[in-house]
Amino acid sequence: MTAPVLAEAQGPKARRRALVGSVVAAVIVAAFVVAAVRRLDANGQLESASWRPFTTWPVAKFLLGGLVNTVKVAVTAMGIALAIGGPLALARIARNRPVRWLAGLYVQFFRGLPLYILILFFGFGPIDLTPFWSLAAGLSIYNGAVLAEIFRAGILSLDRGQGEAASAIGLGYRQGMAYVVVPQAVRRMVPAIISQLVTLLKDTSLGVLVLYEELLRRSRLNAEFTQLTLPSLVVAAVLYIIVNSLLSMLATRLEARQRRRYGAGRIDVAGLEDLAVTSAKAGAMVDQSSTGI
Amino acid sequence: MQFVLDNRGLFFDGMRTTASLTLLSFAAALVVGAVVAAFRISPIPPLRWVGATYVGLVRNTPLAVLIVLFFNGFADAGIIVQSRYLSAVIVLSAYTGAFVAETLRAGVNAVARGQGEAARALGLTFPQVLTVVVLPQAVRTVVGPLGSIFIALIKNSALAALISVQDISGVTEQLITTTGDYIPLFAAAAAAYLALSLPAGFAVSRLERRLAIKR
Repeated sequence: MTAPVLAEAQGPKARRRALVGSVVAAVIVAAFVVAAVRRLDANGQLESASWRPFTTWPVAKFLLGGLVNTVKVAVTAMGIALAIGGPLALARIARNRPVRWLAGLYVQFFRGLPLYILILFFGFGPIDLTPFWSLAAGLSIYNGAVLAEIFRAGILSLDRGQGEAASAIGLGYRQGMAYVVVPQAVRRMVPAIISQLVTLLKDTSLGVLVLYEELLRRSRLNAEFTQLTLPSLVVAAVLYIIVNSLLSMLATRLEARQRRRYGAGRIDVAGLEDLAVTSAKAGAMVDQSSTGI
Repeated sequence: MQFVLDNRGLFFDGMRTTASLTLLSFAAALVVGAVVAAFRISPIPPLRWVGATYVGLVRNTPLAVLIVLFFNGFADAGIIVQSRYLSAVIVLSAYTGAFVAETLRAGVNAVARGQGEAARALGLTFPQVLTVVVLPQAVRTVVGPLGSIFIALIKNSALAALISVQDISGVTEQLITTTGDYIPLFAAAAAAYLALSLPAGFAVSRLERRLAIKR
């Protein structure tokens, strides 16, 4: 995907240069790959003894069980976060100023804290929770704030005319929101929410702090037990990559479908730099939401 | 509360470590991101492939996994970095660099195609097109997201504590075990992070506003 602003259709000379460049680049890349493989081999990392255990059922079951636990806590946290984020977003755009201010405070505070500290708090702090719930609580509270921002951006991304039309036909504020604005906004937010789910899945790896048996912890346990550190971690990484890539592709496809069907643009929320949703032609970024964190 | 005050030296050291981790990693990430972005928009397919694979792999892997993989796992392959701090910087830069690359790419794509065509029609060479026409306009689009990435990096730097780097989170983890005074301890940790991220947030939005196109 070359940048259209920087490149035009290539003439014969440019094509030749690109071909030469391709060959040179391919050779260099191949050289790196070969060097890496030889390095690994020299350290005995490519022997089947290192990797065969992962095809055995006990080890596979252990690690896949970790993945299942990861998904479990992610789904739970997402559910609670959605329940927090919706009302919070509505509070953020409420007409009542104290409510708006309080909601803003919640969002700014929890988005400014590292998840690390939140999970430490629930895991080792005053409240006694199981590892699952320590992790879930930290994740939900943080992502509740993030989802509130996504919801708010979704609602604000809607054409103002919709709200105006709603009041023009006599719908009150609440009815207008419920029947006109929110349904349309929700549809637009789904790709962003799925992208946030990807981030959530990655953040579950912090479960190691509270010894929750999710994928990373299990892979480290396996590494300790079998002394196969690199393979264990690589297998875990591959599992994460597969799951997250699939979700990201889903999000991108949904966003493309929306763009086609409803002409809805992407929602940009300041601060969510790892939203995986990018369309084929990255349009100009529209700053939808508040400043800062 | 007294406990926190007694240990405020540790906290300040931790804040210094967090700040330096963040700044160093961000600087390196800008470099990495620029290179990867250049790869991704290059007319040479192998380079595009390398860039896309890099971004795809790094973005879909949890940062915690990357840190543990680099510090513990790579030892098996003979790559050992003794310093925990340096390891943290390397992994944080590599991770953040991927996001920077995507942001830069989107920023360049956001510049109207006609600008490039006009520049070329005027006879500007490729470097000139880049530096005189495209990048100045791209910068305006890119500053906001880059600021967000910086603030996210402040928070991500906490993961350095996973390999026992004594940043704010590392200090907090260390102190938890020696006191039952939870609330002041976590309040101090929260305050420390907010003391770093809030000013950064203000600075970024001020910068954005200055660069915004007044319509």
